[in-house]
Amino acid sequence: MIQAIHVSKRYGPTTAVDDVTVTIKKNRITSLIGPNGAGKSTLLALMSRLAPMDQGDVLVEGRSVRSWDSMELARKVAILKQTNHLSLRLTVRDLVGFGRFPYSQGRLTKADMEHVDQAIEYMNLGDLQHKFLDELSGGERQRAFIAMVVAQDTEYVLLDEPLNNLDMKHSVQIMKVLRRLVDELGKTVVLVLHDINFASSYSDDIVAMKHGRVVAHGSVEEIIRQDVLHDVYDMQFDIHEFDRCKVCLYFLPELTVAR
Amino acid sequence: MTTAATAAAAVRARAVRGRLWAAAAVTAVFILLFLVLNIQGDWKFALSRRLTVMGAVLLTALATGGATVIFQTLTHNRILTPGIIGLDSLYVLMQTAVVFVLGAASAAWTDALLHFVLSAGLLTLFAGSLYQGLFRTDKYNVYFILLIGLIAGTLFQSLASFLQMIIDPNEFLITQSRTFASFNNVRLHVLALAAGAVGLVALYVRPCLKYLDVLALGREHAVNLGVDYPRIVRRLWTAVILLTAVATALVGPITFLGLLTVNIAHQFLGDYRHSTLLAGTVLAGVGMLSGGLLLVERVLAFSLPVSVIVNLAGGAYFLYLVLKESQK
Repeated sequence: MIQAIHVSKRYGPTTAVDDVTVTIKKNRITSLIGPNGAGKSTLLALMSRLAPMDQGDVLVEGRSVRSWDSMELARKVAILKQTNHLSLRLTVRDLVGFGRFPYSQGRLTKADMEHVDQAIEYMNLGDLQHKFLDELSGGERQRAFIAMVVAQDTEYVLLDEPLNNLDMKHSVQIMKVLRRLVDELGKTVVLVLHDINFASSYSDDIVAMKHGRVVAHGSVEEIIRQDVLHDVYDMQFDIHEFDRCKVCLYFLPELTVAR
Repeated sequence: MTTAATAAAAVRARAVRGRLWAAAAVTAVFILLFLVLNIQGDWKFALSRRLTVMGAVLLTALATGGATVIFQTLTHNRILTPGIIGLDSLYVLMQTAVVFVLGAASAAWTDALLHFVLSAGLLTLFAGSLYQGLFRTDKYNVYFILLIGLIAGTLFQSLASFLQMIIDPNEFLITQSRTFASFNNVRLHVLALAAGAVGLVALYVRPCLKYLDVLALGREHAVNLGVDYPRIVRRLWTAVILLTAVATALVGPITFLGLLTVNIAHQFLGDYRHSTLLAGTVLAGVGMLSGGLLLVERVLAFSLPVSVIVNLAGGAYFLYLVLKESQK
């Protein structure tokens, strides 16, 4: 369980996260949604101690992130941000190997190698593992970075817009892998998503944010509703259900309103 | 899959190791040639002189190379060196100011040990207070600090030029002997002190070296992988400052040495790992300096300081790097 308790974060005069209290449940996919500038990425950064908070506290399994030993926490929580430009020239396998750093501090053991192999297989990167990252397409590179986080083998996996710049095929591929991480390996995934329909189709829980605050938190059932989404995004949604999967239509708001 | 992958990795590691050994062999040949070539007269005396010079070469290569590798990893930039913040011009200014104010007969100038301690202390003080700004805010803006240093460096340089203009011409010539890096002026007891200082810094920074590979991925990845970022980075910066100050105070300014050697090691080894990169950089530094000294002392017969050659080669290489970067 990850709990944020009255956390706030300011960048100069703007308050990015404003007194947020939220609990992320174990063994689920929780999506953070909301308009640009709502504070989703900042909240994720605070939860993963990437950024220090101004007020409040974040507890991972009941213990404040400030009192965790950093190596120990790195075996518990993994975070992947959206920009992943590297100044090093690495192969996919080198990068995935970095995921084992919290365990072996750079000297990969046999057990580490096995974890690296598994992660590469999990992300379907077998053929690409000896290629350099700068030779890959955006989608392949994204998969390589996620493989690193998988090799890190943490209970909690936090991802900031993992579908950024990916086409539909690769987006589906990645969401399926995340689903498997939760269903097969019992992990807990928290991610920032912009595509409301991916959030609806693959998450268990959704946290909706606006102006730095959490405005709604609940199961997909409770959040993917016309009134809730209208409050969050200030626009009209038309929600349809296919095979118990809720799909939001919002591309042509004037049609949605007319109906 | 594991066996194929491990085999490929093993082949690569062997190739890198082979290249390191080759570099070590070439460097050893340079050192030997420097020590024994053209010995005339009292060979015992000559050899002990040359060993002191070689000690200074080793220490400079180690300190400058180590500092530059760490500095470039912390700033994620391969065309910067720790000296960018104006340490070299501060050193030149200090030499000129001492002669101008106290005169060339003062202890601060003639006593080698006092001179070294004063220089190293002042350089550390300046660099330390500048880099302190890095940790005061949580914004951690390296480039802002470097820019301030760059401007300070220009100021020091102008002040030094000004003093050199109005100083007595004879004293000007005296300051010149120390404003170019020299390995032949190094005294044994000063070298011993510098070696002790570098050794202490090495002990202090050693536990942090394993984090360099991960730090090269950037702050966010490093934190994610469990690096206690503020603590480790502060320690590494401290080492960079101390090593640069000691090397500069020992032999004088060689602006481009670190830049040149790190990039040679990068290109020659083609390996991202800092363990090999550090070794390669130090080897390149020793090879470069001992090769340069061989050329200067045995071929050109002392007609110009070795730092001029290193800076000439380094400057040209720097231009090449900048042009290559801009074409990307």
